[in-house]
Amino acid sequence: MYTGSITVADTPLLRYVLGRADDALVLGHRLSEWCGHGPLLEEDMALSNMALDLIGQARALYTYAGEVEAAGRDEDAYAYLRDVTSYANLLLVEQPNGDFARTIVRQLLFSAFIDPYWRALMASTDPTLAAIAAKAEKESAYHLRHASEWTVRLGDGTAESHARAQRALDELWPFTGELFTMPAGERALIDAGIAIDPETLRAPWRATVTRVVERATLTLPADGWMQRGGREGRHSEHLGHLLSDLQYLQRAFPGATW
Amino acid sequence: MSTPTTPLWEVFIRSRTGLAHKHVGSLHAADATLAVQAARDLYTRRGEGTSVWVVPSSAITASDPADKGMMFDPADSKVYRHPTFYEVPDDVGHM
Repeated sequence: MYTGSITVADTPLLRYVLGRADDALVLGHRLSEWCGHGPLLEEDMALSNMALDLIGQARALYTYAGEVEAAGRDEDAYAYLRDVTSYANLLLVEQPNGDFARTIVRQLLFSAFIDPYWRALMASTDPTLAAIAAKAEKESAYHLRHASEWTVRLGDGTAESHARAQRALDELWPFTGELFTMPAGERALIDAGIAIDPETLRAPWRATVTRVVERATLTLPADGWMQRGGREGRHSEHLGHLLSDLQYLQRAFPGATW
Repeated sequence: MSTPTTPLWEVFIRSRTGLAHKHVGSLHAADATLAVQAARDLYTRRGEGTSVWVVPSSAITASDPADKGMMFDPADSKVYRHPTFYEVPDDVGHM
């Protein structure tokens, strides 16, 4: 048996909420891939904890998306029954884990953005989003601290860990421009005080990342060509594989519970 | 296993304000900062704590198990040392 994909309504608020939910779910799934494979037991637990934080954020946002769409869909429908082109997450969060340095640098680049984002969103005129942001901000603050401390130790560690951290930074940098892009329709949400203008976070994000990168004795890459398209559903080749893993069971056995 | 780069740390958690930090286990970490983070991730996942201490295991001096008789048995016969011979007023609360 096979369950087909759903098509969701295309309204600015729904698109916005799903984009944020997809960021959290996809990054949470990526971190969950470390479960049982962490470089040491302590970090295995740390990465799994953060995966659960992110999946929890995704659940809250998908549930809210269900209210916004009012089409009778629950969180599982959005997570399991949308095709890759319906996913609106940033390209950064779907990039493969690579080695530990790459996972940590990806977490640093994302957390340095999303933590002040959630903090700003706590003042949203949308009370549900404000409440979700208040909970998520405490989690992302810790993710940022964890990734920062590890980036410093990897960068300022051995020649091998320094080289790996620098390579991760160089390879992931082209995905950071998308953090500050604004999909069509989001301007109206920002004007209404519902959403946050990501451009206002560019300077604080850069300051945070620069501070950590300098402590880590790494070199900040030059801003060159920036990849984008995730928010519009144009993803890298990696997301489809991730979703086939994540969605397989609900597609093959619709509504399965255990 | 404790390695030169990731020594062993003992973890103490205070579950509520007013209570003492209690030993809950140990972990490996490269330094004190990472040890506090790892302690948070390993030992406070279910809301166990409001404060964390980590101490290098190597900093702990322990009594010798061979001295058990000399160290602890003499206390066995001194039941009068237990504070059970007077009533603690309810208002005192936890002590």
